[in-house]
Amino acid sequence: MSDLFVLLRHSLAGLRVLIAATLLCGLVYPLVVTGVAQAAFGWRADGSLITESGAHTNDPAEAVGSALIGQGNDDEGLFYPRPSAAGDGWDTLSTYGSNLGPEDPDLVKAITERQREIAAREGVTVDQVPADAVTASASGIDPDISPAYAALQVSRVARANGLSDQAVTALVAEHTDGRTFGFLGEARVNVLELNIAVRAQRG
Amino acid sequence: MNAILAAVLQILGLVGALAFSVPLLGRYLAHIYTSPKHLRAEAVAYRALKVDAEADQHWRSYAMSALGFSLAGILFLFAFGRLQNLLPLDGGFDPLPSDGAWNTAVSFVTNTNWQWYSGEAATGHLIQMAGLAVQNFVSAAVGLSVAAAFARGLARTRNQGRIGNFWVDLVRTTVRVLLPVAFVVAIVLVAAGAVQNLHSVHEMTTLTGGGQALTGGPVASQEAIKELGTNGGGFYNANSAHPFENPSPFTNLLEIWAILVLPFSMAWAFGLIVKDKRQGGAVVATMGTLLIVGITLLTWAEMAGPGTAPQVAGAAMEGKETRFGEAATALFAAATTGTSTGAVNGMHESLTAPGGGVAMFGMMLGEIAPGGVGSGLYGMLMLAVVTVFLCGLMVGRTPEYLGKKISRDEMVLVAVYILTTPILVLVGAAIALTAPAGLAGLSTDGPHGLSEALYAVTSAANNNGSAFAGITSGTPFWNTLLGMLMLLGRFVPMIFVLALAGRFATANRLPANSGTLPTHRPLFIGLLTGVALVVVGLTFVPALMLGPIVESLS
Repeated sequence: MSDLFVLLRHSLAGLRVLIAATLLCGLVYPLVVTGVAQAAFGWRADGSLITESGAHTNDPAEAVGSALIGQGNDDEGLFYPRPSAAGDGWDTLSTYGSNLGPEDPDLVKAITERQREIAAREGVTVDQVPADAVTASASGIDPDISPAYAALQVSRVARANGLSDQAVTALVAEHTDGRTFGFLGEARVNVLELNIAVRAQRG
Repeated sequence: MNAILAAVLQILGLVGALAFSVPLLGRYLAHIYTSPKHLRAEAVAYRALKVDAEADQHWRSYAMSALGFSLAGILFLFAFGRLQNLLPLDGGFDPLPSDGAWNTAVSFVTNTNWQWYSGEAATGHLIQMAGLAVQNFVSAAVGLSVAAAFARGLARTRNQGRIGNFWVDLVRTTVRVLLPVAFVVAIVLVAAGAVQNLHSVHEMTTLTGGGQALTGGPVASQEAIKELGTNGGGFYNANSAHPFENPSPFTNLLEIWAILVLPFSMAWAFGLIVKDKRQGGAVVATMGTLLIVGITLLTWAEMAGPGTAPQVAGAAMEGKETRFGEAATALFAAATTGTSTGAVNGMHESLTAPGGGVAMFGMMLGEIAPGGVGSGLYGMLMLAVVTVFLCGLMVGRTPEYLGKKISRDEMVLVAVYILTTPILVLVGAAIALTAPAGLAGLSTDGPHGLSEALYAVTSAANNNGSAFAGITSGTPFWNTLLGMLMLLGRFVPMIFVLALAGRFATANRLPANSGTLPTHRPLFIGLLTGVALVVVGLTFVPALMLGPIVESLS
């Protein structure tokens, strides 16, 4: 019984310390970080929003999306992103992967179907379809595709927009990032920025 | 550049960054855990909060303070979750259900950060900042404090079980270590693209005229402490795979560094606190060896991509982000399960079978490679005591560690410490797999379903928090079970650690002689690594056989 009393006494001291910690770590810290972040890196702190012309903006009403967040499209004149398992697809209120395991028959079936679909769409064989094109990302809002998947889509996009393959290939190259410092992460192509550039080129 | 070379350089870059920062931060930690001087602001705060900062607490009193503080934290967070709709900045979300609020309160106070809910769809900005993120700081500080108290116990002689002052350790860790480092990391994260604002959800029109919600929030500030404090609870459901939490390969490496730096630094600080740098070096080396093995195996598994789905697709990219790819995802997965973090930058359920097995084994090791902040160090030191005990038995001498005799009473404490988590994991798994309500939460059956359940209870009992996330755990059954496992898995071992620290502080120091086993040489590092693997192996191999191993072989 006395142990319980002692614990209670320590809990009350704990509660006082916790309230102080809540003010310091729960309000002062995030608000100071917010202040500094907004002052120094306002565009990034607000979500790296871009407009239809590719310009930076902080106003979601002007933006067509965030450079960091992938979005779905079904326009054959644009580059397609990876499959998304976020909600019904590209749902930023429900970001997630499929969470299907490596032996899951549904996953194997989905991959095979996507391969067939993409191969038919791009006029290539199934074994030319890269892995990222047929697998759902972790976040469900992956902004990037691999350079291989971008290359696969060049001809279709060029044809649909009346552009030459070379012109579209050049746009892809312009929007390809290599590994950071040459060895971190993977090379990638930002789909939204690339699509904005394609639409600008088409005029 | 060739993918394997890039993967190796990425690992070496991480090792280099840690090799540079760990001795510096370790020295700083050792200083704050031994200095008698308070900062002026701290002294004022102690007086205002009516906290006795001068007492050299007996281990029982130290434990009471740690438990009392955590109890207050659980009740506070439970109330916060239940009442979030009545507070400002609630984002329009409902209060958490009672089983969910219980689970979340325990989860964040125990440094686990298991999340049954989806952050962007259940928790407003205020509870994220002033509820959850506060526990990210203080639960980490509790872990570091207990580790510091244990180190001081070993460093002292004839001190009547007195091991320091909990409140001083807690406040100094929070104010002098976690806040400043988190601040710098948070700003760098924003500079590299992470978001940090207080906006509510805005609807945007996409390039092709669709709709997309823009989900802002105080993300970078939370991300920084989530990694540094080895917490792991994501602002968003996708956790560190979400581009607003982890926008680039650079931020990815920074976050992995942040996950690992404090656990390693605390081990370095241990050597300085016991006034024998080599002892800290040996612990760091053991942790590093185990971690490197884990990283290598996981990277190999993900890059080789065994299994039906990865083979059909051509690579194990399901549940991975393009910007990270296989190597950077594997590196993050090894770091997050080698510590008690549980943040993820890819979906662990979609890891290859051997990759998922390594991740699970990392947690089962008790997270000592390098482990959670503080808890990794005391977990490893418990195994060090087992190691000297075994060696003592082999040569027929009374075992001692750092001059402290290891007798029957000490070994009883160590044994119950080591048995606590496996008992929780295996009993928890048994309950989950026999109860219909437990099975109902699994997304699949067969070996992968067993892995899912085993991963969940392992994650909870070891205070990790990552998941094979196909599991539906937001049910009263799973919330209650996992809440119990998290609570017992955190505080029961902690009490044994403090009790042992008290015994060490009371004991005399025996002078080293020709029969003393040196605990800083490569031989000891090898023995300690072996003991860690054997203890875990014997405990968990049967369960692993039924899950990831069967799956790998099928």
